[in-house]
Amino acid sequence: MLPEVGNFSLILSLFFAGSLAIVPITGYWRHNPILLSTARPLTLLMSCFVLVSFIVLAIAFLTNDFSVLYVSLNSNSNLPIWYKFSAIWGSHEGSLLLWVLILCGWSTAVALKSHTLPKEVGPIVLSVLGMVATGFLLFMLFTSSPFVRDLPNVPANGEDLNPLLQDVGLVIHPPMLYMGYVGFSVAFAFAIAALITGNLNSSWARWARPWTAVSWAFLTLGITLGSWWAYYELGWGGWWFWDPVENASLMPWLAGTALIHSLAVTEKRGVFKSWTVLLAIFTFSLSLLGTFLVRSGVLTSVHAFAADPTRGVFILALLIVLIGSSLLLYSLRASQVKAGVAFGLTGREAWLLLNNIILTVLTLTVLLGTLYPLLFEALDLGRISVGAPYFNTVFSPLALLLMVFMAIGPLSKWHNTKPSLLVRLCVWPGVVSILLAGVISYAYHLGGMAWLSLSVAFLVVLLTCKDWFLKVSSGSKGIIPRARQLPRNYYGMMLAHLGLVVSLIGILMVSTCSEETTVKIAAGQTVSFAGYQFTLNQFESLKGPNYVADQADIAVYQDGKLVAQLKPEKRFYEARRQVMTEASLNAGITRDLYVSLGEKLDDQAWSMRIYVKAFVRWIWFGGILMVCGGVLSALDKRYRTRVEGRHA
Amino acid sequence: MRKVIFFIPLVVFIALGIVFYLQLGKNPEYMPSALVGKPVPKIHLVSLDTDQVVTNVELPKGPYLINFWGTWCPTCAIEHPYLMRLEKQGVPIIGIDYKDDKASAEQWLRNKGNPYKMVLLDELGNFGVNMGVTGAPETFVINSKGIIVYRHQGAVDDVAWKTIQGYMQ
Repeated sequence: MLPEVGNFSLILSLFFAGSLAIVPITGYWRHNPILLSTARPLTLLMSCFVLVSFIVLAIAFLTNDFSVLYVSLNSNSNLPIWYKFSAIWGSHEGSLLLWVLILCGWSTAVALKSHTLPKEVGPIVLSVLGMVATGFLLFMLFTSSPFVRDLPNVPANGEDLNPLLQDVGLVIHPPMLYMGYVGFSVAFAFAIAALITGNLNSSWARWARPWTAVSWAFLTLGITLGSWWAYYELGWGGWWFWDPVENASLMPWLAGTALIHSLAVTEKRGVFKSWTVLLAIFTFSLSLLGTFLVRSGVLTSVHAFAADPTRGVFILALLIVLIGSSLLLYSLRASQVKAGVAFGLTGREAWLLLNNIILTVLTLTVLLGTLYPLLFEALDLGRISVGAPYFNTVFSPLALLLMVFMAIGPLSKWHNTKPSLLVRLCVWPGVVSILLAGVISYAYHLGGMAWLSLSVAFLVVLLTCKDWFLKVSSGSKGIIPRARQLPRNYYGMMLAHLGLVVSLIGILMVSTCSEETTVKIAAGQTVSFAGYQFTLNQFESLKGPNYVADQADIAVYQDGKLVAQLKPEKRFYEARRQVMTEASLNAGITRDLYVSLGEKLDDQAWSMRIYVKAFVRWIWFGGILMVCGGVLSALDKRYRTRVEGRHA
Repeated sequence: MRKVIFFIPLVVFIALGIVFYLQLGKNPEYMPSALVGKPVPKIHLVSLDTDQVVTNVELPKGPYLINFWGTWCPTCAIEHPYLMRLEKQGVPIIGIDYKDDKASAEQWLRNKGNPYKMVLLDELGNFGVNMGVTGAPETFVINSKGIIVYRHQGAVDDVAWKTIQGYMQ
């Protein structure tokens, strides 16, 4: 009975989403305030019923209702309870429900905050979000309802969740990633509302900024978690594979990063107006494209879920309607916008323009690499796959160049900065960075690319600190009061920029200084590798809730001292008859020790893969810093004082 | 003129939409290797016969085949007798036991015969990843200079062998 309630509740939410998509916007065209005022209650109703559906699905999972096909395919009565919950988004149908639930969450947040917006803007924004929700709810109900029953042959037990996904990283990774993807729909809705009302001034940019920053922070967190998960769970110690699914999340991130900066320029200086609108559409389109690429089967990948052409056609139609109509609206309206005030070629606008150009080129690079196999085949040239070498070759130099601009840009002033002043500010930090990086790369034999990258990293750190110091040391007040006066937005930027540097150092070190080997090892034996001694004490057989495992007990010594106790496992999941390698690792600031079991070679010996990964933690630590930066800048007082002013 | 610029995103998008539409429903599995024309990637695998680590140095000198297989793979069982015939004709084949366990591999070779000059264990599938393998069986043709010249997906049979033979000369 309950699953039918869930399905019915989805149908009801579709009804409210459809109304939300039509009624308020009709109210705007007819100048009818009553129709406009329906936006908030409709949003709340739509969200309520989606939430009911989600809860029903959760109950089906937690009570092992294997009559529901989706539950029986993705759960098992022996599955630990938290994985039963996360199994909701373990596959296609449930992921979509999560997508829509998160969209409703964002819409509700906008609805609750919309009283600070001009009378007609809030309802139009909600209406646009309602259109997106309508599309996805239709898609779900027609092609992929999670509530389909498998009656009357109810299986006694479920087929279990894919063991790869039975992990804490995967419990939180998809929701965070979706929070980011879907969050960009808010910036998109603001942009569309601005196009519809024709008010393409800087105010929409101001409203969209905090939402964009928070979505960006979520997406950053999602990507960071995904990379971390791949690192320890896939058992090969890689942290980024340029896999289409990863690219699908990287593209909206790059475009979103450009959008954050472009919104700042539009808000502060009133320039780049039509470009910022296009970027908002572009960012959300890439989020949709990400969903499409992963779900449709046009691209295969390590972790693509479903390859179903009917769904593909539906998503494609959805994309064409949503993106096509926004772009059409854009082409008709943006051309009427008067060009903004001119800006100097040496001001901060110019640096941010460079930032936008590079980020857009990077996005297109990834897009091209991801779609190239498709284009290639569409033109009947055969089939190819584009791999890491392409991405690394094209991506790295541009990313480094971007970081150079990122170092210098914040020092410049809006409108105009004397070039001589910038040169004076940058000379010494530049010289110091190059020398310092040179000394380090020479001492550790790192090579030319490392020298270059380290120089850039140091340059960003030095110039960021210098900029802060210049800001707090000028004027009569003391350093601490002035430091407190600087807006949160500024500290958010600092944190995010420094976070990127930390990630860069991590990426550089892990790719130049890591070591790996495969050994044959039996109980009681010791293997020396990269300055460490790995002693295999014994093998043990374990029984988990839904698997059995062989576990090795390895002690790692360095200079005779015990530094780590590693317990890699080889697990056999009974329900899916699948073997999984559980790597074991010892985390450290400058290196990770990473051991994964290979195969049993004979009665005693196993093959074992050992990795020493240099500075790998820094990659994710940098990600966390960027997340903090994004959140901090969204909390800037400027976005809040408006709200408080209203209440007063 | 200025107005036209704003239509560019729409036009590009429509073109992309058409490409996507044409791609839907096509078989995404057929994929020639990007490694054709490149040397065999670094090998660092344990040999099934000797339990020793084998590297690229130990690979045969003349043209030979690298065959990915596993006891878990039904098509490999179908392919196996044909490989035995090739072995009798003197074709050197390096077997990569892909994502498999050693004991069942040994039993398989005992029961069905061993067509391989050398069998290497790739339990984690790392080497498979480096070779761009999407499944088993897959067969690569390596020429006398150690360059990958051809990749065949699926079982080797009479039809496939004709093509492969062409690449081996």
